Amino acid sequence: MAVLWLIPFLPFLSATLMLLSAGRMPRYLSAWLGVGSIGLAAVCVALVARAYLADHQVQELTLWTWMSVDNFTPRIAFRVDGLTVVMMSVITGVGFLIHLYSVEFMWEDESICRYFAYMNLFVAAMLLLVMADNLLLLYLGWEGVGACSYLLVGFWYRDPDNGRAARKAFIVTRVGDTAMALGLFLLFTELGTLDIQPLMAAANDRWQIGDTLPILATALLLGGALGKSAQLPLHTWLPDAMAGPTPVSALIHAATMVTAGVYLIARLYELFLLAPPTLAVIAWIGLLTLLLAAFTALAQKDIKRILAYSTISQIGYMFLALGVGAFASSIFHLVTHAFFKALLFLAAGAVIHCLHHEHNIFRMGGLRTRLPVVFLSFLIGSAALAALPFSSGFFSKEGILLSAWTQPGIGPWLWAGGLLGALLTSIYSFRLVFIVFFGEAQTEPDRQPGWQMAIPLMVLCVLSLVGGWFVLPLSGVLPDPGHDPVSHWVEYISIGTPLLGLTVAYLLYLGRQVSIASLMASPAGAAVQSFWYGGARIDKLYDLLLVRPFTGLTHWWRNEPVDLLYNALVWMTRWGHGRLVVLQTGELRWYATSMVFGLLLLLAIVLRDSA
Amino acid sequence: MGGLQIPLEHVLLIASCLFSCGLAGLMLRRNLIFMLMSLEVMLNSAALAFVAAGARWGQPDGQIIFLFILSIAAAEVAVGLGLVLQIQRRFKTLDMDQANRLRG
Repeated sequence: MAVLWLIPFLPFLSATLMLLSAGRMPRYLSAWLGVGSIGLAAVCVALVARAYLADHQVQELTLWTWMSVDNFTPRIAFRVDGLTVVMMSVITGVGFLIHLYSVEFMWEDESICRYFAYMNLFVAAMLLLVMADNLLLLYLGWEGVGACSYLLVGFWYRDPDNGRAARKAFIVTRVGDTAMALGLFLLFTELGTLDIQPLMAAANDRWQIGDTLPILATALLLGGALGKSAQLPLHTWLPDAMAGPTPVSALIHAATMVTAGVYLIARLYELFLLAPPTLAVIAWIGLLTLLLAAFTALAQKDIKRILAYSTISQIGYMFLALGVGAFASSIFHLVTHAFFKALLFLAAGAVIHCLHHEHNIFRMGGLRTRLPVVFLSFLIGSAALAALPFSSGFFSKEGILLSAWTQPGIGPWLWAGGLLGALLTSIYSFRLVFIVFFGEAQTEPDRQPGWQMAIPLMVLCVLSLVGGWFVLPLSGVLPDPGHDPVSHWVEYISIGTPLLGLTVAYLLYLGRQVSIASLMASPAGAAVQSFWYGGARIDKLYDLLLVRPFTGLTHWWRNEPVDLLYNALVWMTRWGHGRLVVLQTGELRWYATSMVFGLLLLLAIVLRDSA
Repeated sequence: MGGLQIPLEHVLLIASCLFSCGLAGLMLRRNLIFMLMSLEVMLNSAALAFVAAGARWGQPDGQIIFLFILSIAAAEVAVGLGLVLQIQRRFKTLDMDQANRLRG
């Protein structure tokens, strides 16, 4: 299809134009270009999606051969099936709304042009990632989003803390990316291709379920997915990545980039089905991550950090679903999560924007009547996040929990863990709502969100409500075993859990039936609070285990022995220069005389030899 | 080939005497004008050797080379005197030791 290449190209083109203007592009032009290019790409995606929905034909487009080395000939080629259509729609649709919102949010920032350039570049890289026909092109997009994430987290680079957060995001995901690159090398040397479809066919041909090689390869790819999707043990970068502007958090760290790991595993599902141990590990990592992140979210004070941990937790659900083989349920949760997490982040951004950049939820309060649009958005977003019945999150999370339940053997454990996570999710999301929007006002808002902010919020509200009724065109693309009919009490429990969480949150934070303050004041309560406030101390652990030994080693190794040789060379040259410089007197007669004597010496040597 | 023949050795002796004089002048004189003149003397001594050798073997090459040397000497003097003028203007002296600006 002809418009296929336009989809990643348009954002890339506008990003290039803005970067080449070196920030001298006028505000209006950058905003139009930045929002317009994503809007046009979204229109192209809509055309492609309509064509796909009409006949379910996989569309392919080969642009050129990237390189040709021996039998390694990756092409620049796109392949669009149901999964890609879903991902493209989310990226350009939610991306467009976030771009529109950014116009108002970033209007007063002096480098709005740079902002839109990075955002467009990010969207282009993400589209490349999901449209790629081979894993090398996918890896290009993968690294592209990593680089843009670095640029955007450190967008306000004048504050050294932001730069540190950006470096952390880049380095931690790089650990995963290295594993992924090794996985790609292994796949290529074993199967001789990186084109996704032939690769999966060859893997099915050559490998049996449970062989060592597919387990190794999928484990390495999983490393990359863990880094990008912020799962244990590589999740520490995401909360710090909240240093970037809030729409960046909405776009990158909630709606699109962090789902790249989920996409990778879903895209290569045939490979992962050959490695049941890897799938089990994915399920357990997902479960652990979602519980840990939910507990941590409960103890945070910064509105964006709460949402960041809730993102980690929700992606944990997606990994749980992938691990139990419910690939379509995972992608479904990805889509609904993109809607309601973008909504929550944008609403949080509106609160921050209207409240003089206040992040601490305990200095907000009573915003229900003061910012009604934002309150409504936040309420709907939290309902979907907590999976209250008939919100979009309800349908997707329900599917995941039921798939976990029917998993033979470990199923009920995964289900119970997921349920505990759902309870916690419900508590922390309504804790946020109650503290920020109810109670007494602490800070007065100094403005109301304008239409560029309100329209994306409203659209996302609608999507968060009705998103659960969408039927994604995934049948035939991803296997979803579905689940056997389960007894009704399992379903009732999953419906009741979020409501229970809502009640607990009400009692604790709004009704004041149970005093949370006296609980916090007790030593045990304070210890638990500080443990979870620090993110279960995992940052401290990494600092102790990795960062300090490394910096210590580099400090100790500062005078490298290898350098001694080169330093000696430098020293000898200096010494020789010091000795020889006395010959350079600048006296003409001295030069002439030395030439004469040199000549005589040469003549003497020549004559002696010939004699 | 009529007339009195001067032995080649004599001519070469005179040429090397001239060359030595020029060389000594170049090494010993400090005034730039004299150094240039010494160079001319050396050039001419070489030219004399060429002419004598050409006459000895009855070849025209020696005289051709002499013409070349003559033109090179003219060009060298033209450039050299231009430099001398500039140096005189800038340093107010032609003493080469005093015009040395190099700090080793």
